[in-house]
Amino acid sequence: MGRYYQQDIETAPREKILEIQNEKLVRQVRHVWDNVPYYRHLMEEKGVTPEDIRGVEDLHKLPFLSKADLREAYPYGLLGTDLKNCVRIQSTSGTTGRRVVAFYTQHDVDLWEDCTARAIVAAGGTDEDVVQVCYGYGLFTGGAGLHGGSHKVGCLTLPMSSGNTERQIQFMMDLGSTILCCTPSYAAYIGESLAEMGYKPEDNKLKAGIFGAEPWTEEMRRDIEKKLGIKAYDIYGLTETSGPGVAYECEEQHGMHINEDHFLAEIIDPETGEVLPEGEKGELVFTSLDKEAFPLLRYRTRDICVLSRKPCSCGRTHVRMSKPMGRSDDMLIIRGVNVFPSQIETVLLKEGYTPNYQIVLDRERNTDTFDVYVEVSADQFSDLMSQIQKMEKSLEAALRTMLGIGPRVHLVAPKTITRSEGKAVRVIDKRKLHD
Amino acid sequence: MAITQISLFLMNQPGQLVDAVGAISGAGSNIRAMSIAEANDFGILRAIVTDTDKVCSLLKDRFLITRTPVVAAKMDDRSGALYPILSALNKANVNIEYMYAFTGTGPEEAYVVLRVSDPDTTESVLHAHGIQTLSDEGLSL
Repeated sequence: MGRYYQQDIETAPREKILEIQNEKLVRQVRHVWDNVPYYRHLMEEKGVTPEDIRGVEDLHKLPFLSKADLREAYPYGLLGTDLKNCVRIQSTSGTTGRRVVAFYTQHDVDLWEDCTARAIVAAGGTDEDVVQVCYGYGLFTGGAGLHGGSHKVGCLTLPMSSGNTERQIQFMMDLGSTILCCTPSYAAYIGESLAEMGYKPEDNKLKAGIFGAEPWTEEMRRDIEKKLGIKAYDIYGLTETSGPGVAYECEEQHGMHINEDHFLAEIIDPETGEVLPEGEKGELVFTSLDKEAFPLLRYRTRDICVLSRKPCSCGRTHVRMSKPMGRSDDMLIIRGVNVFPSQIETVLLKEGYTPNYQIVLDRERNTDTFDVYVEVSADQFSDLMSQIQKMEKSLEAALRTMLGIGPRVHLVAPKTITRSEGKAVRVIDKRKLHD
Repeated sequence: MAITQISLFLMNQPGQLVDAVGAISGAGSNIRAMSIAEANDFGILRAIVTDTDKVCSLLKDRFLITRTPVVAAKMDDRSGALYPILSALNKANVNIEYMYAFTGTGPEEAYVVLRVSDPDTTESVLHAHGIQTLSDEGLSL
């Protein structure tokens, strides 16, 4: 196996890629029009028919889809085929209201796994490699995505899932893992644990890591590379489009190649929705070109980034996206889990608290810390310390159930949450996530 | 018959305690007894004060404050005086959440403040053993 998983397509001339995209887009718009009444209705509202879409240059005529649409259409409203043709679901963390359930036919799983296989090969993976997947397995797309790609490349796959660091390290050392797949913060944590156990970076057999699902900086990359003695590659994706592997880094480590034969990328002005020229910073929008079961057109990711079509020395011709530089909504990514402040508010109100709260995020030892400060009201206050601590614990549990990630809750006195110009400051993010 | 304790929720930060004590002092109230329970982020100041109503109405807009009935059992200010009180409560299976003590105004007179789930029953048990308890009215003496 060479430097590419699917060389023809990965290194195809731009005209060839455009030709594929034009053909697939026309077919996909027709597929959605025929099978997804929800989107057909959006098109009708905009006065667009499949005949108006003759190629990529007509893409801007199509309506956007947002997370709000996914919520409204939950669970089957955006399904593009009969359920009997579907073989899998994956889902995001979060509440029922916020949860995204994505469906896959076998064809969809295959194309997704092709994408992650490309990422593994771009990170130097071959059928000689031992790939340790410590992304979570289950509804989360991380485990399933890299697992499938690793199989396609023919690597020996260690389906470790997340957590239990001691066992991760034991398998890594005993079975000689060569490629590590997890969140960057977990990679850093493994690196620290190895050092604490007295291992030097050259003691492990790792050569590369494929890290994603949360924002990370170049500084963190260098830190992980040094600690583990590897080359660290970024990978990008979201459940709405399929999962990790929508875009991935090559050996240049300078932007992630978007798998453009499957996913068409645009950058728009998040305020006006206007398409921005190449090189301008804006919100990333994806159109899935050949997914059958969950064929989202013009899905707004809310991730802010820049696209570049400058030639890459790796030989791949697919457009590169920068690391996301921020969000055009208030979503937070905490230890790889998507959290909306409004979810916290919902829990507080349900549990009988005032919605006066503050989220404080920081990084300790490369892992996100997540603290929620909540103002306690007069009728909740008790002279018993045990009672207040019980309230904190029970609120922590309720938040963990809602968010899929457990914050530390701190009850504070009324009117103590920082206010700026009379408005409570909801989020204080002390993490340095962007260079 | 129990007496009223006030409890204040204070953040674990410099300036909080002095503010609270200043406010009580501003109400012209005397703190007869106090104790502080502390956690990581906050503490609870528990106090027996004179003019409880006035203190509460003056402080309620600035502090989280709550009133709790507690039992103040009278004892001699000498070695071994606490034991019969706790022994009597133990035999009656009364669980104490927390306690603290203060000396009285009379010679060799002391009180132990007991936070229990049922102050009335606790007082009955103590009275049955000949142990006196304070009331709010008796507090300013």
